[in-house]
Amino acid sequence: MSENPNVALFVTCLVDLMRPGVGFASVQLLEQAGCRVTVPREQTCCGQPAFNNGDDDDARAIARRVIAAFEPFDHVVAPSGSCAGMLKKHYPELFAGEAGWEERAQAFAARCHELTSFLVDVMSFEPRAIEYKTTATYHDSCSGLRELGVKRQPRQLLDAVSGLQIVEMQDAEVCCGFGGTFCVKYPDISIKIVSDKVANIERTAAVTVLGGDLGCLLNIAGRLKRLKRNTKVMHVAEVLAGRGDSAPGIAEQE
Amino acid sequence: MQFTSVDFQRNVSKALNDPFLQQALQRGMHGFVGKRADAVSAVPEFEQLRDEARDIKNHTLTYLDYYLEKFEASVTRLGGHVHWASDAREARELVLEICRKAKAKTITKGKSMAGEEIDLNEALEAAGHEVVETDLGEYIIQLAKEPPSHIIAPAVHKTRDQVSDLFHEHHRALGFEQRLTEVPALVDEARQVLRRKFLSADVGITGANFLIAETGSNVIVTNEGNGDLTSTLPRVHVVTAGIEKVLPTLEDMTVLMRVLARSATGQEASTYTTVFSGPRRAGDRDGPEEYHVVLIDSGRTAILGGEFQDILRCIRCGACLNHCPVWGSVGGHAYGWCYSGPMGAVLTPLLKDLEAAKHLPNACTLNGRCEQNCPVRIPLPALLRKLRHRQYEARLTSAMTRYGLRLWTFLATRPALYRLAFAAVARSLRVLGGRRGALSRVPFAGGWTAGRDLPVPQGTTFQSQWRARNES
Ligand code: SF4
Repeated sequence: MSENPNVALFVTCLVDLMRPGVGFASVQLLEQAGCRVTVPREQTCCGQPAFNNGDDDDARAIARRVIAAFEPFDHVVAPSGSCAGMLKKHYPELFAGEAGWEERAQAFAARCHELTSFLVDVMSFEPRAIEYKTTATYHDSCSGLRELGVKRQPRQLLDAVSGLQIVEMQDAEVCCGFGGTFCVKYPDISIKIVSDKVANIERTAAVTVLGGDLGCLLNIAGRLKRLKRNTKVMHVAEVLAGRGDSAPGIAEQE
Repeated sequence: MQFTSVDFQRNVSKALNDPFLQQALQRGMHGFVGKRADAVSAVPEFEQLRDEARDIKNHTLTYLDYYLEKFEASVTRLGGHVHWASDAREARELVLEICRKAKAKTITKGKSMAGEEIDLNEALEAAGHEVVETDLGEYIIQLAKEPPSHIIAPAVHKTRDQVSDLFHEHHRALGFEQRLTEVPALVDEARQVLRRKFLSADVGITGANFLIAETGSNVIVTNEGNGDLTSTLPRVHVVTAGIEKVLPTLEDMTVLMRVLARSATGQEASTYTTVFSGPRRAGDRDGPEEYHVVLIDSGRTAILGGEFQDILRCIRCGACLNHCPVWGSVGGHAYGWCYSGPMGAVLTPLLKDLEAAKHLPNACTLNGRCEQNCPVRIPLPALLRKLRHRQYEARLTSAMTRYGLRLWTFLATRPALYRLAFAAVARSLRVLGGRRGALSRVPFAGGWTAGRDLPVPQGTTFQSQWRARNES
């Protein structure tokens, strides 16, 4: 493979809608790492809402389009462990036993990555001259952590940011209660779980919360905001792209 | 026990608003998680053991008919009896008949989830027997007239204070005047009460952690030794167990044993592990005169060989409950049946009723921590997702969810339309929220905003900004 691989960014629907800055930060990081980045125009959503609600046919309909749109690239990278996990782990399951598509989904899955693990494990990237003076704690989102083994990579990258100190919270690996459509179908349980998460965050000295999945971050930020806290919530890509100070946090006033 | 899974939503709000329960959960759960982690990290080959445990269970399930018949032959050879129950009612009747023949007055019971599953206590009491649970946790909830809330720690939802009250209320008549508050004293009092029962019982009923085909044995692990006293002191010993409990050999059992206690309580081994093999033989100094095993199908063979077979590997260790954020928030009773947490959310719809239990597989974030800690590597999230699929196919998914998904898919497969729709939503939220950053109330988003603000989009969508940037 060439040193400057052709990388397609899978923006994810939540970043597209809620936090375009994460998309731009991802492009910037991938370019700094030496990739030629394309944002395929035909992209929408990875199909998780359908898949996780048992609607496999619709999930497959969406997945076929994603595969077709992203197949031409060397790598597909998403700033989300959950969407990357869908492409990488669940597309092959969805097409298991379907002649033609099964192999296609497997070949596709092999080229899909979560952003921080791609930067570290594939591109051996190290951020340079990035500063962000803060004490932060890192929430390990479940799909990235358990489906893709993302744990060390974001921390390794953040280690290179000067002024940034990471303090680990208790239960960093425990779910924040987002769970996609779960958070609106079972709001009471979801809010209880995110309240526990926020309590763990507040038991640390951190004034910033970082993570690699926008769904979880919206959930945590939404809860913190409801409690009128000033804790800043950001996607790890934004910090690594040097926007830690300049961009307002999620749910923060502009 | 009453089957209330259909009221899941109501059970949840009750649980979340019960300060005693919340206090008990907070206290109870963290211990298990930390102890498991320590125990597991002390065994370098633990991951390998999990593979072996999984493989042994898979092998047994593949040849389950063979091993069950072998088990029956072994038990018969020992002079015991195996009874086959195709459903809960048959299982109850078989046990009742044994107790009737034994002219049982007092029956002691070791903890048995199979017993809970078939509502054995109610049936025995209705038939006029005195039934005494001898596992401390089970004893507590028996006094409280409640079902277990956890498969290995049935009374974990009770605070110490509540236990003090219960004992004080029920033990006064037995001559224990003082209301005790310290744990060792409470345990001691229960011991004294139970000891009398152990000695007077006519029949002892236990579950089985494992049944061994090769030897006809049943294996029980406990931390209180109550299983041993329940099995050996009465004249008749009855084992109630699901058919998936059988293992080929004692050798196989040792592998499962190494993962069981570590996963359950974080112990290297439970305090008591006993292998019972049939009734008392000539020359034996103790043991029951009669030995019966009631093997319960009750929906299990329907699972065998299908897409949910993996759940039959379950050894009821409770690790998935302990590591589940939903279980940790609402406890076990909310699930509405004897099995709760991730394993219960899989088993209840399959063994009881897919429709009545339809919330259970959905009330899960699919975070995967259960699977990560399951000693026999049951892919619980995948099974829950498959149940959702089954519900979707059976049109049990709510109309709102179905239409929502159809609409979403309609958009997601039409990128141009999708971009327009997203741009419109981003614009509306910006209009509503301006630069405030977040909204506290949003139309159609009541679920989200019940306890969270909704962050406002940063501007127009990424796609439109990207296009603008790359066209200029
Ligand atoms: S599903 Fe796995 S973790 Fe849960 S109780 Fe069964 S064996 Fe234990």
